[in-house]
Formats: sequence, structure tokens, C-alpha cells
Amino acid sequence: MEKNFRFKLNGKTIDLASSPERMLLWVLRSDLELTGTKYSCGEGFCGACTVLVDNEPVLSCQFPLKEAEGKEVLTIEGLGKNGELHPLQDAFMQHNALQCGFCTPGMLLGAYALLLKNPEPSTKDIVDTMEGNLCRCGSYKRIIQAIQTAARTMRGERP
Amino acid sequence: MKEDEYHFTLDRREFLKLVGSGIVVFFTTGDPFALQQRRDRGYPADFNAYLRIGEDGRVSCFTGKIEMGQGIHTSLAQMLAEELDVPLDKVDMVMGDTDLCPYDGGTFGSRSTKYFGPPLRQAAAEARAILIQLASERLQVDQKNLVAKEGVIFHQQNPQKKISYAQLAQGKKIERHLEEKPPIKPYRNHTVSGRPTDRMDARQKVTGEAKFTGDIRLPGMLHAKILRPPAHGETLKSVIVSAAKEIEGVTIIQDEDMIAVLHKYPDMAEQALGLIDARFEPFRSKLDNQTIFRHLKNSAQEGDVVTEKGNVEEGKRLSAKTFDKTYYNHYVAHAPSEPHAALVNIEGNKATVWASTQSPFRAQAEVAQVLGFPQEKVRVITPFVGCGFGGKNQGYQIVEAARLAKLTGKPVQVAWSRKEEFFYDTFRPAAIIDIKSGLDGSNKIVFWEYRNYFAGDRSSQPFYDIPHFRVLSMGGRGGSVHPFGTGAWRGPGSNTNVFAMESQVDGMAEAAGMDPLEFRLHNLDDERMKRVLMAAAEKFGKSFSRAPSGKGYGLACTDYLGTYLATIAEVDVNKNNSEVRVKRVVCAQDTGEVINPEGVRMQIEGCITMGLGYCFTEEIRFSNGRILDENFDTYEIPRFSWTPQIETVLVDNPEMPPQGCGEPAITSMGAVIANAVYDAIGKRMFTLPMTPDRIKEALS
Ligand code: FES
Ligand code: FES
Repeated sequence: MEKNFRFKLNGKTIDLASSPERMLLWVLRSDLELTGTKYSCGEGFCGACTVLVDNEPVLSCQFPLKEAEGKEVLTIEGLGKNGELHPLQDAFMQHNALQCGFCTPGMLLGAYALLLKNPEPSTKDIVDTMEGNLCRCGSYKRIIQAIQTAARTMRGERP
Repeated sequence: MKEDEYHFTLDRREFLKLVGSGIVVFFTTGDPFALQQRRDRGYPADFNAYLRIGEDGRVSCFTGKIEMGQGIHTSLAQMLAEELDVPLDKVDMVMGDTDLCPYDGGTFGSRSTKYFGPPLRQAAAEARAILIQLASERLQVDQKNLVAKEGVIFHQQNPQKKISYAQLAQGKKIERHLEEKPPIKPYRNHTVSGRPTDRMDARQKVTGEAKFTGDIRLPGMLHAKILRPPAHGETLKSVIVSAAKEIEGVTIIQDEDMIAVLHKYPDMAEQALGLIDARFEPFRSKLDNQTIFRHLKNSAQEGDVVTEKGNVEEGKRLSAKTFDKTYYNHYVAHAPSEPHAALVNIEGNKATVWASTQSPFRAQAEVAQVLGFPQEKVRVITPFVGCGFGGKNQGYQIVEAARLAKLTGKPVQVAWSRKEEFFYDTFRPAAIIDIKSGLDGSNKIVFWEYRNYFAGDRSSQPFYDIPHFRVLSMGGRGGSVHPFGTGAWRGPGSNTNVFAMESQVDGMAEAAGMDPLEFRLHNLDDERMKRVLMAAAEKFGKSFSRAPSGKGYGLACTDYLGTYLATIAEVDVNKNNSEVRVKRVVCAQDTGEVINPEGVRMQIEGCITMGLGYCFTEEIRFSNGRILDENFDTYEIPRFSWTPQIETVLVDNPEMPPQGCGEPAITSMGAVIANAVYDAIGKRMFTLPMTPDRIKEALS
């Protein structure tokens, strides 16, 4: 049965009728046509579908729409502000922390959630938090460097 | 003959119509394999790519190659910008679009930079010559007094006298075909090529704007989910679809062997598919991942000689010590980040296809056939591709989407689930390698007898100085010997061959009482190989001892289609849980001239990281036709915590044309890790992957 839902998506209020058990991933990708959030495993094993709900990272392929009600959702499309890239996006580019780029949105959102909580993460902090995000192209080394660079920029230090 | 010529001209003219005005240079890539393939298919053999300087001064290169993460999008653009003297940001790469790009056999085998790069440079040099000629006429200045820089041609002594490429191209329709090989710049003068360059596609990829096939949306499109058998070999007995029909907005198609559920939302289609009650005829098979090696040995054919020298029997007589070992590796999945996807839209007598594929022209032919359309009425567009590694040469999903688009009259997307991806993957073949070898009294390898069961023969040519050897292939890659589809996997054949060869060499080094580096140098004549070994050893900075030294150092080297490399690894083996931690990997690679050092380093790092998967965990388990690994919970691929310290050395060799770099470094990973594990624990691992269970067994 369809129900009405209201939540904030990248700062804008969304009103939408859908069935409550549908996973947020598909609502984002299909109903709302925001395709930056990726499907790669569909069962919570890869992190490609990571988005933030009230500043907490969630796997949107496992996150029912009903739980987004009244909350704030952030996807890759909302990470940069006013046409400016977020320091994490800059750092990923600067370090070439991607190859095919399919895992990249999930990586960026996972890293963003980490930096919200821990502005000065050690390598171990990064590895531990990001362990569920898979990159088949094997860009981990550069992703770690990029997160460290972004963290420094965000703390106002020289990158 | 006449007719052929006519066809060629017509084809070129058709492309000209498409690209409009400007200056266009057609050229041919030097890949002998691709040329033959084109002739076989009746395509024009006189060009397979072209570049255009448009009226806006932008330069476009049209090629059927595709970008799947390997970075040729950037390295090819660099080569073009360099030779044509335009800024890199004025270059557009138009790739993998069958309407705009001439036929290409597919993107694989690290062939793009190697075979496509040099003629691209020549075409750019030709275009530059045309521009200089035009400028000379317009400026009334002798050609030899003109220089080109950043898209502008000016008088060397009087730089005020100048004209831009855009101005020169305006209102022009100039077509040239590259016949001769115009001189190209010596690498010493390069300013764009050879410099570390950031990926040109990065911005789109970090903002989420980059479109992969599954991200394309068309009005009215439907997502299809298709009923699959639970196991290879099972056939459908009965099916009841009525419950699925209850879902609002669902369309069900039953066409011959295909039962598909379509919905405007993919998750709803999936849900409906789950409501189909289908019974299958079970399939019994004795084959599983335990019995597979016996089966493979039994299926062996008489060996084909891949390469040989001297007389192996003579070599045996000269041997003071002999070695006889067998190596195994299991099936390995491609597991691309992006599962296979395709979208097909049919309008009237024309079909447009978006697909994650390494072979857009193959997809074009297949879709044309299933729709009964002439090929030119099918346009395949290749958006960004999320990993290929050889797994996206075939495209069943494309044909399925085409059939469903025709049956429903709507645009249809077929995007595989992870489970389907594992089920229909063309795995890297399980394989066996038997090696007999011998050392003479001076610790020189005197014979080498190699039997390759189904790995594929790439990289199996010995590169040590061995007087007597024979390499046999006992049935190619096996084809139907395997219980399911197999195919090329990043560095096809080589991963298995190098694992076996370089493990064997390590065993001989120990018997010779030498350390692994010393023994290799002692048996090598090839200066290029010695150089990469020394470069890796120097970077590693610690000295080897005769194995097993307890230090956990491993070494391996190889020649992958002309790219030479040596890899050194340092590992720790936890004797309690038998887990291996790779602490550090150093890789020195000589890939000829380097176009984008940053790109090459990224590829090496990616190879090393990805390669750890087939070293330790990646093995497809199966029984009775069922693929037991269906997702990343049981099929483990490398993660953040696996990442070792990685150091790369690019061994300078600019006189040699650029060789491939997307695959070589992964091929030495099995050997280098097995050798390091041996050095750590004194037990040799003969089977990939080296799981904790296998290591435990070896230790006990
Ligand atoms: S797609 Fe959600 S975790 Fe993999
Ligand atoms: S960049 Fe390809 S999967 Fe991470």
C-alpha cells in the first residue's frame, strides 16, 4: 500500500507517495532520478549505496523508505554546495583516488560521515570505518590519502 | 577491388557527414589482431579511427575503444594533445559509440595505448602539418618560419602574426587519410605526454554526474528482471506467474525460453519476480570445486607445443638435480563493481543501445541479429563502465534487453543483480600446471618441461637462459571442458603461469643454495629483466637470504606482452590462525615509453591490490551446477584493511614504444606472495588461493 512520505533530500523537502517497505536506494535512483547512489551488491556487503540519514551513514539498499520519514538524507548530489566541490571531492581528484569511479559516491559519503565525527582520523580510524566499502579497482591506498588530505583542509590546515 | 575502394570512400564520406565541417584525419591502428578481425568482418581495413579539428578549435578523437577505469581516456588524449600542440582541455575523446566511431574489436589485453597510441600520434602530426600549410597560405609566411603552440600558429620571429586552429578550421571541409608516417616529436620535447596527469573523467565521477548504463533514464522505460535457473544445467519444468501479476504496473513476458517481469521500478520488478512459482528439473553432477582438478587432468588433450628449444631429454641428462611439481588454481570471478547492464530503445527501424561492454561492435552485431535489423540501424553507446577486467566482452544482458524492448515496445533496461553477475560470469578458468625442471652442477637451469592444463598460454614462454625447454598446452583454455562459462580475466593465463613458473624457480633457488635474487640473476641473460629486478631490489632496500629465511620476503618477475616487471613482497604469517598479512609490495615495471606516469602507477597499485584477492580468498565454489558464492559475504575481495604499503618504480625506457600497463602487475601476485609465504614459514603453497585452511594444512 502506498503512503505519503516527507523528508529532506540534499536540503530540499521531498513529498512522495510510495510503499513504505521499498528500499531508499531504489526510490532515490528511480522515483527521484538521482542516480549517483549506486547498486553493486544489494545486500549490504559493499557500501556502494552509502548515503547519510541524519548525518549517519546508512546502506540505502537495506534502508526502508519509511525510516527516512521526517529525516534529512544526503546523497552524492548534495555533497558539494552551490556548484563548489566539497574538499573530499577535491582531494579524491587530486589524489586520483578512483579508477572506474563506480564505488566513488559511496566512498565519498562514507568518508564524509567519518569526518563529521572524527575530524582528525588516523589511518587506522579510516580503515576501520571504511572497511565495508569495497573498491574492485583497488584504489584504497589513494582513498586513504585523499581522506587525510580533505581532513586537513577541513580543519583549516594546509593540505 | 573496385568495389572495395568504393565501399571505403563511402564509409569515410558517411563519417564525414556525421562529424560535419573541420579538418578530419582518418587513420589505422597498428594492432595486427584488430586489422585481421576487421577484414574478416568486411569492414573497411584502411581506417578505424579518426580525429577532427572543429570550427571551435576543439579536437576530437573518435575511437571504438572504451574507458572502464584503466585511464586510456586520459593517456590517449595526452598523446594527441602533445603531437597536435593543443591544450589538453581542448581535447574530447569520443569512445565506444558505434555510430560515430569506426569499427573496433574491443578493449582488452592492455592493447589500447600500445597499438592505438603510435598511429594516433602520427595522425595528429599529419593534422598539424595540414594546419601549418593552411596557416602559411593565410599568413603569407613560409612554412618553416611557423610554429604551433597551444592551438595557435604564429610567425617565429614576429609572434603578432598568428592564427588559431579554430580560425583555420572555419568553413573548411578537409579530409585526409594517413598514408605515410609523418615524423613525430622526439620524447625529449614532450611537455604533455610523459607528465603525470589527473584523470580527465574524475570531476564527473566525484560529483555523481558520471552516467553508467544503469543510470540512464528514458521516458516510459521499464526495468526487467528475468527468471533464472538456480543452477547451470537445470531446465524449467513448470511455472505459475499469477501471483506476480497482482503487483500493480507489472508486465510479464513469456517468450520461448525467457520469462521476464517488467516494471517502471527495478525493485518492484524484482519483488514480482520473487512471486513467480517456478520448478526446475534438478541437475546432478559429480563436478565441484574439490573434484574439478581430477576432471581437468582427465580432459587433457595431446599437448600443442607453445614454444621449444634444444632437446629436453638432453637437458635431463645434464641435470644434477631435478624438480617435478604441480600447481593448481581455482575458478576466479571478475566481480566488477558495476554488474552488467543494458538499455535498449527501439524507434521505428532504428535501435539505440546503452551497455556496459568492452566490445560495443560485438554488441551491435548481436542486437542487429536478434532484432533482424541491419547493423547500421543499431547504435551502441558505451557510457562509463564500472570495471571490465575481461568480464564484459560478452553481453547476454544486451540481447535480453533488445528482445524485451521489441516485445514490449518500450525502452527496456536489464541490469543484473550481484547474484546473476556471479552466475553468468565467465570465470577465470581453473587450471593445472605441471613443471619438470633441472639444474646442472653450476646451478644453471638446463631443462624446463611445462604442461599447461587450461590456463591459456600467455606469459608461459621461459625468459631465463635455458638451453632445453618445451612448453605444452594441453587444450587451450578448455572451453566446454569447464562446467560453466570461462573467459579472459585481467592478465589472462598469465596469473596462473607466472604463479607456477616463478614458484618453481624459487624452489630451484633454494636447492641451489642461493637467494632468490641471486639465483635469478645467475640464470638470466636478458638485460631488461635484470634491470627491473635490480630496480625492485634497490627500492626494497633489504637483502634476501636463501629461503626459508623466516623474513617473509618474496620475489617474482615476468614479461607480460613486452612489459617487464619485478615484484617484491614482505609478509607476516600468523601461525595461530594461519592468516597472511601483506605488509609491503614493491613493483618495478618497464613499460617502454610512459605517457601518463600517474596513470601507470594507478594501474600498478590497482593490480597489486586486486591481485591479493586471488592470492588469498577468491575461489568460486560450486556443486551440481550451482554457484555457491553469490555475493561478497562469501566471495571475499580485497578491502581497506588488506592494503599493504605499495611502492612503484617506473623503469625508464623511453626509446621503446609504449607497452600495455593495465594488466602486467597483477600477473606476478600469486608467485610473489607464495614465495614470500614460503620464506616466512618454509611451506610451499601449490594451490591458489592460499586460504588460511590451506596454509594451516601445509603447516601441520
Ligand atoms: S549495494 Fe548496498 S551495500 Fe552493496
Ligand atoms: S574505482 Fe572502480 S570500484 Fe572503486
